[in-house]
Amino acid sequence: MSQVSAPGPSPAPGEDAGGDEGDVVISVDAVTLRFGGLTSLSAVSLSQRRGQILAVIGPNGAGKTSLFNCLTGVYTPQEGSITFLDRSGKSTSIVGRKPHRVNRAGIARTFQTSRLFNALTAFENVKIGVESRMHTGPLGAMLRLPRTRREDRASDARATELLDFVGLRNRANDIASALPYGDRRRLEIARALGTAPEVLLLDEPAAGTNPSEKAELAALIRKVNSQMGVSVLLIEHDMGLVMALADRIVVLNFGQVIASGTPAAVQQDPAVVEAYLGAADPDEPGA
Amino acid sequence: MTAAPRRGSALRRLWTSEDARRGFACVVGGLVLAVMTGPEGSSTAPTSGFTGSLFHARVIGFIVFGLVLWGLITVRRRYATQVRAFSDKVTAAPRRLLPDKRVRAVVYLAVLAFAIAYPATLNSFWQEVLVDQIGVYVLLAIGLNVVVGYAGLLDLGYIAFFAIGAYSAAYWTGALPIHPPFHLNPFYAIPLAIIAAMLAGVVLGAPTLRLRGDYLAIVTLGFGEIIQIVATNLQGVTGGAQGVIGIPHFSIHLLGIHYDWGINSLPYYYLLLGFVVLVLFGFHFLENSRVGRAWVAIREDEVAAESSGINVLKYKVMAFAIGASTSGFAGMLEASKISFVEPADLTVQLSILILVLVIFGGMGSLPGAVVGAAVLQWLPQYLRVHPLLGFQQQDIYIYLGALLVVMMIFRPEGIIPSRRRKREIGLAEHGVGHADALSGQSGPVA
Amino acid sequence: MCFTQNFWNLVVSGLADGFLYALIAIGYTLVYGVLQLINFAHSEVFMSGGFASYFILNAAIGTSQPHGIGSLAFLALGTVGGGLGGALVAFLLERVAYRPLRRRNAPRLAFLISAIGASYFIYNIAGKEFGRNALEIPSPFTNGPVFSIFGATVQTYYVVIAVSAVIMLVLVDRVVAMTRLGKGIRAVAQDAETASLMGVNIDRVISQTFIIGGILGGAAGFLFGLNAGVVYTMGFTPALKAFTAAVLGGIGNIRGAMIGGLLLGIVENLGVACTQASWRDVVAFGILVLVLLVRPTGILGEQLGRAA
Repeated sequence: MSQVSAPGPSPAPGEDAGGDEGDVVISVDAVTLRFGGLTSLSAVSLSQRRGQILAVIGPNGAGKTSLFNCLTGVYTPQEGSITFLDRSGKSTSIVGRKPHRVNRAGIARTFQTSRLFNALTAFENVKIGVESRMHTGPLGAMLRLPRTRREDRASDARATELLDFVGLRNRANDIASALPYGDRRRLEIARALGTAPEVLLLDEPAAGTNPSEKAELAALIRKVNSQMGVSVLLIEHDMGLVMALADRIVVLNFGQVIASGTPAAVQQDPAVVEAYLGAADPDEPGA
Repeated sequence: MTAAPRRGSALRRLWTSEDARRGFACVVGGLVLAVMTGPEGSSTAPTSGFTGSLFHARVIGFIVFGLVLWGLITVRRRYATQVRAFSDKVTAAPRRLLPDKRVRAVVYLAVLAFAIAYPATLNSFWQEVLVDQIGVYVLLAIGLNVVVGYAGLLDLGYIAFFAIGAYSAAYWTGALPIHPPFHLNPFYAIPLAIIAAMLAGVVLGAPTLRLRGDYLAIVTLGFGEIIQIVATNLQGVTGGAQGVIGIPHFSIHLLGIHYDWGINSLPYYYLLLGFVVLVLFGFHFLENSRVGRAWVAIREDEVAAESSGINVLKYKVMAFAIGASTSGFAGMLEASKISFVEPADLTVQLSILILVLVIFGGMGSLPGAVVGAAVLQWLPQYLRVHPLLGFQQQDIYIYLGALLVVMMIFRPEGIIPSRRRKREIGLAEHGVGHADALSGQSGPVA
Repeated sequence: MCFTQNFWNLVVSGLADGFLYALIAIGYTLVYGVLQLINFAHSEVFMSGGFASYFILNAAIGTSQPHGIGSLAFLALGTVGGGLGGALVAFLLERVAYRPLRRRNAPRLAFLISAIGASYFIYNIAGKEFGRNALEIPSPFTNGPVFSIFGATVQTYYVVIAVSAVIMLVLVDRVVAMTRLGKGIRAVAQDAETASLMGVNIDRVISQTFIIGGILGGAAGFLFGLNAGVVYTMGFTPALKAFTAAVLGGIGNIRGAMIGGLLLGIVENLGVACTQASWRDVVAFGILVLVLLVRPTGILGEQLGRAA
């Protein structure tokens, strides 16, 4: 009688959740973030491997978005370091960098509540992302130099490509604010992809979506990961989505990593169960 | 036995009825207008202005005006659909034609031809107005439009760049107490004035543009004040309170071209016109370029823009510097034309005036800036020559102030709005986004 | 050092200026707390208070010179009159230039511009109707030295300012901390939406906030006018400095506004001793720029909704 082998114990908190697919692309080392008297992140360490989809989960207030904000240079942690290793082998320290420079290094993100440029069309939103990598300056723009026009055509083409990729081709000229909710999410991903990142940080991409939109988003995320080779770091509450997508999971609670490892391992980790459901009361019947 | 209806409730219903309140507001507006255009009071007779305006037959005209306005508004609201249909019919042809590039090109060419030919037919008073009051301010409005309209930054000290252009003229021609390494005719110093203004924009902007919108406004206001005080106090550098005189007019003697500008306004007008046309082309291309779109992104959502790889600070400073450039040219031109500069002319009030011009015309709209500035600068001059309703030149800011408030309430997008801006404001009113770089803390949140 | 010679005299005159700044700064900080907006037109509230007190005193006693108890009554009347004038203008300001924009959910830039417009309208109308010359408020006391402290002479005028200001500032502090209105103000400052869900009438609270700021600003106009006379352009510079004070202390923080005001007054006076009188404003604006660049949250920190 064969049995599905039980998963081994998950690595202790603090150990990297990485498997052995590719080298480490983001390495977070003992990061501590404090706001006045409140400690948002406490000695958090994790690493993400290239090509991996890593999910960060945890109860509300666990520090997930704060972690993202540290990863993108919005917050500067008081302690610890964050290192990004790009494809060419160049290593960049994220701590202390301004967000636009973090983006240039190769990390893009979406936000928990879609932050689109609402009065612009979907196409313009993506084009702005793509253009951030180009070089036209004010002089070139005012004089309409050949290079400027070339870059413009190239960014037009790339924006169209990306809209196609996320499935918004027929909505290219719609004003962003008029898009249905699921499409707004996809548009934000398209814009982020426009900045040619190696790592994409998705902050609750499926929040507020209905089941069919959720499934489409999952497919899109997988497509981004497999077809574009972009490593994905994902905050999510929807466990179904997490289990379906993630190669590895890191669990945060009260600003600390309490578990990390494969989805199956983490699911069974007692610390994780306790964090989500509370410890069983020994006096309760059936405990 | 039915209870008698309470008399209070009828009155209350009248008071809370929207129509009645609007009527009340319109009549009050009429009365305010009566006071604005009425006689002056004085310190010994402080109520004489009010009594003269209100306890006088003319007040009836204003009350009637208020009631007519109320009538028009009420009718428009009641018959909104018919009004909309009618206005759609009337504007159908222009709306169909205007988006066509060729039609627009023809219109612009016609306007240009008019701008070239017509001024030559004016008398010297109007030619002077055309340069000193209208042309210069159109240029200033176009520049401030880049700062306020494109990048969404409120600069209340914009006149400082004009000052720098003007004092540059004085400096390079040797009119200042401190002397330049070599003397230049102001015409050749034009690029230097522009560069000086742009540098000032960078120097002022780099430290202050990290600030939140309302703080930036106050800092620029303070800076505008400081510039004026410094210019007044630094006798040895700027010539002090009495200013600088004897700045020569433009003249070219180069490559076979010989031309001297004199005191005649018309040649300055053509120089100005040439520069304005160049700037209009340049800024139009700028607006629809990567840079222009970055500005829009910053205006819409600074955090998202920064996360999408846009160096927000760099683009803000760029807007400041580019906006300053036209101001520098304008300052140089005026200084050379009237041959003197004095600090008393460089007031914060002027900065606010330029802001009014931009807002009236339409923030972020190039044609809006041009038309708005032209109209608002032309009107007081026209009323001076053809007085109407007791308008007095010194009261101009009363009207401009009221205009600002009214525009913000009823037409914040200006008379020739930029399409995008109108959309942004419309969205903001429905709770989507904030339509400008002033709102929201710069916190990342979600 | 350039200011050590006259140090205590400068501190005393600095405190007098500082109290005036503090009174005006409260208006800025309160409105900022509930609306997250700088009330650009507060300068005209100050100016209106000055004029109101002038007209009321003029109507009450004309040019006759008050003595003794009459002087106290004069001061009280002036302060109340100034406060009323300021309150009235502040109230109208909120109704005409701010409320319609709030109704339409206008972008914040629109509020700022509307306030600028209102400010220009008000002071130019004042100039038109009341003349453009400065009007003198007859002094109800001879401005002699009252006492000395650390070798600095304190004049009657300074005592008047200090006493009036302290009374008003303490009152405001208590009102915000203890009354229902104060609670409402703090609630709206922290979270307007929730406050309205809890039954707070936002419109009324905002209106009352403007009025309180108006009372203090208007009274400051009277006190200022006692010394310098009232003129239609008097609002701009003192108000800009008061705004600096509010930011210095931490915008939205009432105690911060008070401390900021006093501090700014002292530093400004000390600074002038090192340069010249004509650079006075530059010193103040320089402080403004410096504070905003170096510590925009101010001394006591930005405390939206916290009374202290």
